[in-house]
Amino acid sequence: MTGAKTTSMAQYWDTPPAARRIRWAPFVIYGLLGFFALVYLLPLAVMLLTSVKPLTEIYSGSIISWPQQWTIDPWVRAWGSTCVGLSCNGIKGYFWNSTKMTVFAVIISTAIGMLNGYVLTKWRFKGANVLFGLILFGCFIPFQIVLIPMATLLGKMGMASSTPGLVFVHVVYGLCFTTLYFRNYYMAFPDELIKAAMIDGARFFSIFLRILVPNSLPIVVVTVIWQFTNIWNDFLFGASFSTGESAPMTVALNNVVNTSTGEREYNVHMAAAMIAALPTLLVYIVGGRYFVRGLMAGSVKG
Amino acid sequence: MASLEIVNIKKRFGDVEILKGIDIAVEAGEFLVLVGPSGCGKSTLLNMIAGLDTVSEGEIRIGGKTVNALHPSERDIAMVFQSYALYPNMSVEGNIAFGMRMRKVPKEERERAVQEVAKTLQIDHLLQRRPAQLSGGQRQRVAMGRALVRKPRIFLFDEPLSNLDAQLRVDMRTEIKKLHQRLGATIVYVTHDQIEAMTLATRIAVMRNGELQQLGTPAEIYSKPSNTFVAGFMGSPRMNLLPGLLRVEGNDWRLEIGIEGTPAARLPLGALPEAVRAYSGKEIIAGLRPEAVTDHGEADGATRAVVDAVVEVTEPTGPDTLAVLELGGREVTARLRPDTALKPGDHGRFAIDLAKMVWFDPATGARVV
Repeated sequence: MTGAKTTSMAQYWDTPPAARRIRWAPFVIYGLLGFFALVYLLPLAVMLLTSVKPLTEIYSGSIISWPQQWTIDPWVRAWGSTCVGLSCNGIKGYFWNSTKMTVFAVIISTAIGMLNGYVLTKWRFKGANVLFGLILFGCFIPFQIVLIPMATLLGKMGMASSTPGLVFVHVVYGLCFTTLYFRNYYMAFPDELIKAAMIDGARFFSIFLRILVPNSLPIVVVTVIWQFTNIWNDFLFGASFSTGESAPMTVALNNVVNTSTGEREYNVHMAAAMIAALPTLLVYIVGGRYFVRGLMAGSVKG
Repeated sequence: MASLEIVNIKKRFGDVEILKGIDIAVEAGEFLVLVGPSGCGKSTLLNMIAGLDTVSEGEIRIGGKTVNALHPSERDIAMVFQSYALYPNMSVEGNIAFGMRMRKVPKEERERAVQEVAKTLQIDHLLQRRPAQLSGGQRQRVAMGRALVRKPRIFLFDEPLSNLDAQLRVDMRTEIKKLHQRLGATIVYVTHDQIEAMTLATRIAVMRNGELQQLGTPAEIYSKPSNTFVAGFMGSPRMNLLPGLLRVEGNDWRLEIGIEGTPAARLPLGALPEAVRAYSGKEIIAGLRPEAVTDHGEADGATRAVVDAVVEVTEPTGPDTLAVLELGGREVTARLRPDTALKPGDHGRFAIDLAKMVWFDPATGARVV
């Protein structure tokens, strides 16, 4: 009996570890990850492939087939000569509209948000918390509610249907979020540094510019990514407060795709959509690694 | 002329009075330590001297000039913070020179001043580093460098050593004292650590609940505490405070120490001052430093009283052994020889140095003599 037992133990130890038990967990995890990656990437792949196929191939073949003939013509046409509404100069003009609008709106809203956060945390005054609560409230106002009053206001300020008008709208709307971000970040910023700077002779703006701003990179990146994607991707404000030549990229893209004349140039549409999406993609790639880090910053303390 | 005068300073937040009228005058070259438990108002007072907090009532004068309305940078002060408060985006050199840059001091002069201070503090090899690349002790030096370079009339220290580990704290303490002796600077230093206060100060201000409890030299504070709070707060281990009944029979005075249910211990006393004798037949609190309670045979014969007590706990510290004795139901800490043979539970005979005894009124807590 003892002998039999010894034999079975020996057999057990002779078997290589991997064969003793099949480990399913990695297969399940990677299988699921792969599946969902596929689900997410497929539309992008279809867009990309369609944008580099000639139109004839799209109309004859299946939508997901590999291109027989590669061409960058749709991209060139989307950029320079496709028809947006009545004019056929491509989307480049609108791309620059969006760029101007986004860059100015992001810079201005981030700068003011920074200053707001600084005042709300380091120069606290009576009612600062109430004011911050009201600003925070602005984050929850749905876009639709402000459309008509905003249109009236822009008209009275003489900024209707212009890029500066759109910049103004986005700055006003973005301020709530940028203020929230910077206020929470600066809450965790040590007060003693401000005191030390005061003793060193720095005043309101020199403390802000020389002490606070240089130490704000993570939260600046978060704010810029957030504001950039929101403003660049905005359609509602663009469609409501701009007309014709002053429209941003998103509105122009809609006009390209929803054209009612001629045949539908799917390859050009896809190329235009890709061009419209590229800047936000770029911002994520450049700033992405700061994004998560910045979102976590300040969450530990305060 | 006093370098710093704090005249009847009060601080209120709404209805709450944080400081209730503080008066302190600091002479040039003095090292004043503000000490007290947390929430006593010592840091608030320091911030008010610095101009970082507003004064509700009273006056602060620096060099004879009222500075209540002056910006912190115009008060001729420098401050070292608990967290060091070094600007993380600047090099050590940038940190030390920041104040001069704000005052638009020419570059050459700035560099010369930074070099001089860096040499004094032995951080000249660190000038190009960022604060994040420094150790705690190095950061501490940089923070002091930033204060030194201003050559202010008064240095303010806000618990500068409490973020350092024990060994480094002792080293830096010595260094701050050396610095004070070499520069002859006027220093106001806030701490909650009574040992720091004793070792550094030329004068100590003990505070509690926004009130000044006692202002005096370390020796005065230690041997003649003005009330039971100061007696208990300063010194480690704490002073023994023994409430008892003062009795007299003929010419023999004694203190009967005891709580209900235990037989009272009788402490024979020698000659007593008039003020203490007034408590004859009444309650009084006797204050005894642990070093006044020693092995039998240690204290001088003339002022010695002998008591028998039971040892409850012994704590060898190295240079001597602390023992908690039971005396009339109360605990008394004694400082014994390191080689004492007494063990917990042992009965022993101990000597009390009556010359080092202080007396407090049980109702007010104030010292009688």
